[in-house]
Amino acid sequence: MSTTTPTSGHRTEVTSDPDVPLVRIVREFDAPPLLVFRAHVEPELVTQWLGPRKYEMRLDHWDCRTGGSYRFLHVGDGQEHGFHGCFHEVRPNELIVQTFTYEGVPDGVALERLTLDDLGGRTRLTATSLVESFEARDAVISSGMEEGLAEAYERLDELLLRDTAA
Amino acid sequence: MAADALSRVFSALADPTRRDIVARLAGGDATVNELAEPYDVTVQAVSKHLRVLEDAGLVTRSRDAQRRPAHLEADVFDLMTKWIERYRRQAEERYQRLDALLETLADDAQARTTEPTTTEPTTTEPTATEPTTTEE
Repeated sequence: MSTTTPTSGHRTEVTSDPDVPLVRIVREFDAPPLLVFRAHVEPELVTQWLGPRKYEMRLDHWDCRTGGSYRFLHVGDGQEHGFHGCFHEVRPNELIVQTFTYEGVPDGVALERLTLDDLGGRTRLTATSLVESFEARDAVISSGMEEGLAEAYERLDELLLRDTAA
Repeated sequence: MAADALSRVFSALADPTRRDIVARLAGGDATVNELAEPYDVTVQAVSKHLRVLEDAGLVTRSRDAQRRPAHLEADVFDLMTKWIERYRRQAEERYQRLDALLETLADDAQARTTEPTTTEPTTTEPTATEPTTTEE
């Protein structure tokens, strides 16, 4: 399971909305919504794919039903990162709406919405994440990059200054 | 002020003509007229596309009076596309693991439905609703 070769020919598409701070991920799976949903709901399945590879994903609790909540940790490199949120609306094989907070930024919260479309034995998964500001959205996308957000904005500012000064 | 910078880059690159313009500018600076040539569109339309790319910080125009050739800001372009691609790859890795997991789940369901070792793999609907993996 450590190979990086795609087990399916599907490509993950990432798009961003120009008007609201939202990122959308779309991906298809060669399995019915029933199974894709199970992989999101059953704790012992969730830990098998959700965390980033370089961390161990430790579930504190994972109660994926309407009104339920979750908390998990990414453990690795002598560090621990906590994440938690509430499951706002869970409709089997169709929909999961939840909040998401990185405990390193405890006041921040994202509203996440996962929909599963039945393509007849296959599934189209659409996951959107809505955050509070464009800065927060850009920070999410650029997190973990060696050249971070600050540097990029500096360069852009320089560029824009140069333009207006010209 | 560049807070929605990434949004502008995203939407600027969402258009196939603009992606094409960027690809051509990667090969060297070009004027609006030069850029408009291969397309079945007016110079004004290309000019509009360039404006969007400029607003996104991806392209600058020199002040060289008449010609005003467009120039691709490779640094900004590389950085932004690198971010997006890296973010996409992280999601891709996750979903490839999910692909693998779904395959084993489907196999499990299949194995259970064909229990009495029948040779024909009767393609019954996956009865995966039963929580089989609760042997903690």
